[in-house]
Amino acid sequence: MTRQLLAPILAWAVAGWLPLPAQAADKVKIGFISTLSGPSAALGVDIRDAFLLAVKMNGGRLGGLPAEVVVGDDQFKPDVGRQLAEKNIKLDKVNFLTGFVFSNIMLASVPVAFENKIIYVSPNAAPSPLAGKQCNPYFFAASWPNDAYHEAAGQYATTRGYQAVYMLAPNYQAGKDSLEGFKRFYKGTIAGEVYTQLGQLDYSAELAQVRAAKPAAVYIFLPGGMGVNFIKQFVAAGLSKDMQLITPGFSSDQDIIRAVGDPMLGIFDAAHWALDLDNAANKKFVAEFEKEYKRLPTVYASQGYDTALLIDSAVREVKGRIEDTEGVRKALKAAKFQSVRGSFRFNRNQYPIQDYYLRVVGKDSQGRLVNKTMGTIFKDRGDAYVQECPMK
Amino acid sequence: MSWILIVEQSLNGLQFGLMLFLLAAGLTLVFGIMDMINLAHGSLYMLGAFLAATLVQATGSFAAGVLLAIPATALLGMLLEMSVLRPLYARDHLSQVLATFALILILNEAVRIIWGPDMPLSVPAELSGPVQLFPGMVYPAYRLLIIGVGAAVAGALYLLVARTRIGMLVRAGASNREMALAMGVDIRRLFTLLFGVGAGLCAVAGALLGPLFAVQVGMGENILILAFVVIVIGGIGSIRGALVGSLLVGIVDTIGRAFLPILFGIFFQPRVASAAGPAIASVLVYLLMVVILYIKPQGLFPARG
Amino acid sequence: MRRAAPWVAVVLALAFPLAMQAEHQTYYLSFASRIFIYALAATSLNLILGYGGMISFGHAAFVGTGAYVSSILLSEGVASAWIGWPAAVAASSLAALAIGAVSLRTRGVYFIMITLAFAQMVFFLVNSMKAYGGDEGLSLGERASVGLGVDLGSDLAFYYAALAALAAGLYGLHRLVHSRFGRVIQAVRENEERAEAIGFPVYRHKLACFVIAGAAGGLAGALLASHGKYVNPNVLHWTQSGTLMMMVILGGAGRLWGGVIGAAALLGLEDLIANHRVDWLAAILPNYQQHASLGVGAVLLAIVLFAPQGIAGMLARKNACSS
Repeated sequence: MTRQLLAPILAWAVAGWLPLPAQAADKVKIGFISTLSGPSAALGVDIRDAFLLAVKMNGGRLGGLPAEVVVGDDQFKPDVGRQLAEKNIKLDKVNFLTGFVFSNIMLASVPVAFENKIIYVSPNAAPSPLAGKQCNPYFFAASWPNDAYHEAAGQYATTRGYQAVYMLAPNYQAGKDSLEGFKRFYKGTIAGEVYTQLGQLDYSAELAQVRAAKPAAVYIFLPGGMGVNFIKQFVAAGLSKDMQLITPGFSSDQDIIRAVGDPMLGIFDAAHWALDLDNAANKKFVAEFEKEYKRLPTVYASQGYDTALLIDSAVREVKGRIEDTEGVRKALKAAKFQSVRGSFRFNRNQYPIQDYYLRVVGKDSQGRLVNKTMGTIFKDRGDAYVQECPMK
Repeated sequence: MSWILIVEQSLNGLQFGLMLFLLAAGLTLVFGIMDMINLAHGSLYMLGAFLAATLVQATGSFAAGVLLAIPATALLGMLLEMSVLRPLYARDHLSQVLATFALILILNEAVRIIWGPDMPLSVPAELSGPVQLFPGMVYPAYRLLIIGVGAAVAGALYLLVARTRIGMLVRAGASNREMALAMGVDIRRLFTLLFGVGAGLCAVAGALLGPLFAVQVGMGENILILAFVVIVIGGIGSIRGALVGSLLVGIVDTIGRAFLPILFGIFFQPRVASAAGPAIASVLVYLLMVVILYIKPQGLFPARG
Repeated sequence: MRRAAPWVAVVLALAFPLAMQAEHQTYYLSFASRIFIYALAATSLNLILGYGGMISFGHAAFVGTGAYVSSILLSEGVASAWIGWPAAVAASSLAALAIGAVSLRTRGVYFIMITLAFAQMVFFLVNSMKAYGGDEGLSLGERASVGLGVDLGSDLAFYYAALAALAAGLYGLHRLVHSRFGRVIQAVRENEERAEAIGFPVYRHKLACFVIAGAAGGLAGALLASHGKYVNPNVLHWTQSGTLMMMVILGGAGRLWGGVIGAAALLGLEDLIANHRVDWLAAILPNYQQHASLGVGAVLLAIVLFAPQGIAGMLARKNACSS
């Protein structure tokens, strides 16, 4: 029995002695972890596809160095995300970490990066704690502060004069941030503030309450599959005839449009980017994305693309010396790249300062459902938490 | 609190309960007659949904897709029974639990390999709007369909079990298996058939609930536990118990989710109320089971004499 | 030779980090610690499942209670493990006492369902505790501290702490099983009516067994939370109970090393499939690495159908035949 037990144990110990390929300092390794399965997979898939497209368009390089992207699926589970982050950082020895869609998964996973002085560039999740009191030099948000779309939507609702708004969001940090953000700029009556379960797909109970409350408008923050189901059920319950649905930009974006279809017409939303934004980088991005993947990109894709370009610009700035973490940080902060959203600059808490637009779901020249820019809600808006951040 | 709200939530509870019944019915028969704990029952529900999604895409018709998915799933269920599950009848409960738990893992991955992590399945366009039940009360047409189908299947099952020869064999087997065997019932064919019927019922539930929830890998796990709770409450082996149990659980769960947050909202902040409501509702369901087991340890309508 | 095997294993386990340090593979120290923690949890379940014959489908409740109690204390500023971990053990023991007292009045499938129900209740309650993260989970800044000049934040130190806990657990199980108490429990497992007829206080023995297992599970939970510096309600989900049961059966229920072998085999198999690419297999099935659970499920099914004694059982049989 000893021999039987010994053999596997020895084999396992010996495996630890096997030499590993020497860590090449002449390439840049990116750990990309995102939600690639489940009802909200479309988001992670879009970010990944756009990120990889940017690398491909750059000849497989970032900042001049050959790029290796290690892709992992967090399966919408914080512990899986955390384990993947640990593996990426301790085993794969990545130089940058990126990719998370959801704040809760990200918040559980990035401490591993921070402890090991690995920079995390967020293509999406940018929650308020990391913008304010817990701001971290190793965290860069290439997207928008979590509250931003909601603040813009709240501002729009005030301007438009909706008397009463009923709000719904999932019960997690980003959900809480979203409704706080909306309330920060909406000055009318709150007809209801309901937090649903993260991942919940059946909204029959909540919709009955909405009907009973009779608001003028309904504001929802329900990303991915949650939003798809809510909008379908909202229309099926006959509520879209009596109330205006307002959403943050990503809740009415291409992935939702593909899943829901025509019931989306007429929804108003707020975002920092739209397909029809008129700048060279964006036109190129949209055309290449559609050519490569045969579908229109969402805001998530635009963010993934920008993240790759941001990292590319930083590596280029330090002339490939990515071991110099401080130098990379400064280069990232300088953000010398052409963003698809137009102008891009970082606030001192490493969150962006940018414009936000009003969009409406309508048909483009080819009869496809798209978001069309209607106007600007905010110009050069940062975030509400930067005063609490001690970073300079 | 308007009575429209109460009516709407009650209909929601009824809808959920009836779908739960479809799963519980198959489960209680398998457990009651074959004395087998089958954790993979939820996987049959998942298979039904995926097959329906595929067939709806292939045929272009929702009705055709769903109807074809039923025998397809029943067939797969019977194949599963004949190959993997038969050796388990003679084994102890622990082995059955572990083997079928392993099956969940295998089937989840197999579905992921064959179909991918999820499949789109939408409510058919004709049913995606609301229906006016009476002035002031509209309800989604699709959910009404679910209630209708659920009630029809419940009725058909009742007729089958209470009024046909096969049903009599099933009831005999549920109340005293050895006696039924002794009387010459061809047990192997009956078991396989029964398993197929159970799988077919799962397919109906999976196909109908697919558009409301999401057709995705792992969709069977949560509803599986509720189905077990239902059959323990209702009495193992009893269809009537499964129906009563499902309706009870469906209503408690829906009412809990719907009204507890309102109740808590009076005392607590929205985030806390919204979290506590569904949690307490879920706890209520399990508490209900514990209480019923305390009062009637064999469930509400025990099949075994 | 048989007696030497455990000692060889201990020596190897003690020496393993030195090999890993040489290669800068601290990832594997962390991985090994995880195996030790799950081995402890599985061993605690082995006591009631393997030796006691009680099919508890709610063991995750005790591991999870331990994890959450120690995490909540840490997040509230109680950094010392000397307070946090005993508190976790006490809490999970209490939970085991409460749940066991009610559940052990039932038998068979009802026992399985009731233990499951209680575990789910704990799951939903913890899930709703927004103050401690709810379903987002709770991130801990630091691991618990033991003082004595040892920093558990280092993977190396934590490895030895986890190893010590596992060793203590195994030793405790060994002594328990060979004591009078242990013999009564196994007699109950064999034939409960007979044990009652002989006059053993069956219910009390089963309950005591349940509580001891709950306590050990709670310690495993506390270690788990400190190890990952993160806890979320998934640790309480019924599928986690199922995973622990898988480990016990895989390793060998009712055998001393069953929990350890099961945990090592399961976690090792998962890591092997996911992180070490086998090229010829990848040629046939391109994405096989993402479907590790299928392999794991197939192995478990095979074990249940063909080798219900688990790996330890197979090894013991082989040894018996050869001697």
